[in-house]
Amino acid sequence: MSANGAGPPDDTPALRLRGVRYDYPDGTSGLRGVDLDIASGELVAVLGPNGAGKSTLMRLLNGLIRGEGSIEVLGEALTDDTVRSIRSRVGLLFSNPDDQLFSPTVLDDVAYGPLHQGLDTDEVLERSRAALAEVGMAAYEDRTPHRLSLGEKKRVAIATVLSMRPDILVLDEPTASLAPAARHELIELLRELPLTQLFATHDLAMAGDLANRVVVLSDGLVVGDGPTEEVLGDATLLREHGLEPELHGRPASVHSRQGLG
Amino acid sequence: MAAAGLLERYHARDSAIHRADARVKLVAALAYIFAITATREGDWTALALLALPVVIVVLASRLPLRLVLGRALIAIPFLLVAAPLLFTRPGETVAELPVLGWTVSDEGAIAVATILGKSWLSVIVAVVLMATTEAPVLLRALRALRLPRLLVASIEFAYRYLFVVADEAARMLQARSSRSASIEGRRAGRTVRWRARVAGNLVGTLFVRSIERSERVHAAMLARGYDGEQRQLAAPRVARTAALTAAVVVLYGCAVQAAVRL
Repeated sequence: MSANGAGPPDDTPALRLRGVRYDYPDGTSGLRGVDLDIASGELVAVLGPNGAGKSTLMRLLNGLIRGEGSIEVLGEALTDDTVRSIRSRVGLLFSNPDDQLFSPTVLDDVAYGPLHQGLDTDEVLERSRAALAEVGMAAYEDRTPHRLSLGEKKRVAIATVLSMRPDILVLDEPTASLAPAARHELIELLRELPLTQLFATHDLAMAGDLANRVVVLSDGLVVGDGPTEEVLGDATLLREHGLEPELHGRPASVHSRQGLG
Repeated sequence: MAAAGLLERYHARDSAIHRADARVKLVAALAYIFAITATREGDWTALALLALPVVIVVLASRLPLRLVLGRALIAIPFLLVAAPLLFTRPGETVAELPVLGWTVSDEGAIAVATILGKSWLSVIVAVVLMATTEAPVLLRALRALRLPRLLVASIEFAYRYLFVVADEAARMLQARSSRSASIEGRRAGRTVRWRARVAGNLVGTLFVRSIERSERVHAAMLARGYDGEQRQLAAPRVARTAALTAAVVVLYGCAVQAAVRL
């Protein structure tokens, strides 16, 4: 089941969703009843066209928005009382790193999470520097986040979450707008992280490279779920839900056009 | 996003007031507010007569009453400015503050009540104008009325980018809450001082980003030939009935003021 052998051999799923619904304030539906079990150590790609509910799902898992139905994180139900402790377990990476980084320096930003957790300054510094080292940004701690390149910002954004020592990493379109080299480096970085990962993406090639399981979301419902090869091999399913299977393996320039759409 | 709800003053309804030409509404509202401000102290007849068309317009606009009255609460700070008059105007004592022993004069109370009435009515007029006219339309009206272009352009940009900046702020707040976590056995959130510093940093970051954004926007405008002049499609002619109705309302206001002075 687990590709990278990470996570405890435990029967409790990392994430367990039952009948998860979310309606936007304007009345349109984001998610219309999602059931999903993610085991510890799984690397799951959530595919789907724009507006399928991918970002909504990602935000629900970290308790940023609250819908109907039940979400359990490592056996603990997500409620008003547990949302703060669940945010220590589920790290959320926003699709645009500018949305994620709000501090004057890289180190300040990476330290925010552990500082808020109430850890001692020494431990915060140690964790923050370790997280920056893990993403290869150790030399950037005094830099201003908004002056970095997009790829660097993504790495720092990942470090801001890693410093909190989460069990599960939830990523919203991690490769969006990245140049091919930066995209490749990011995929390699994620592959090395010993965490359960759930990432929303349009990037079928990334799903193929990284995920061991693919979930297809369309119009707020799960319409496909299975091992990566199986789902990505089902051209009919992908085409039916606005994903272009023939782009799989084509040059990056074609992908980026599609990805920006 | 949520931020848009905070800033948006327009409230869509299908009413004659909504449909009326923004230029007419703007001029009429301003003129009528002038008529209201001319009310003399303690002239309740004039104030009541002036309130009448306001009530009719509010009803005709089909705006929810709660919305109009709620937004009109913005007049309250004006009352604070006027409040010292209660104690400083000479006149017969009608009340006394318990601890301080300051006395409230009848003249002072009348003055403050008049100011409150006038500002409240004026604010309602402005609230109805804003709630029945979409901001871009109102800005076009300002320009059509030959307000200095630079002034209108500034308001225009402020309006346009308030939303962008508010959205950006909302996203940063969301990013902060997504990482505002707790772990067992530790007190989350540290100290008020620390949280205040984070909030301060957040505001600073927002400020820097806004400046950089304004530079990018300016560059994009120059790239499309911006030379300080806002060009627009020709404005349509003012509909005669709307102009006539507005003129009647404004004349009524002036007539009330003239009549009570006879």
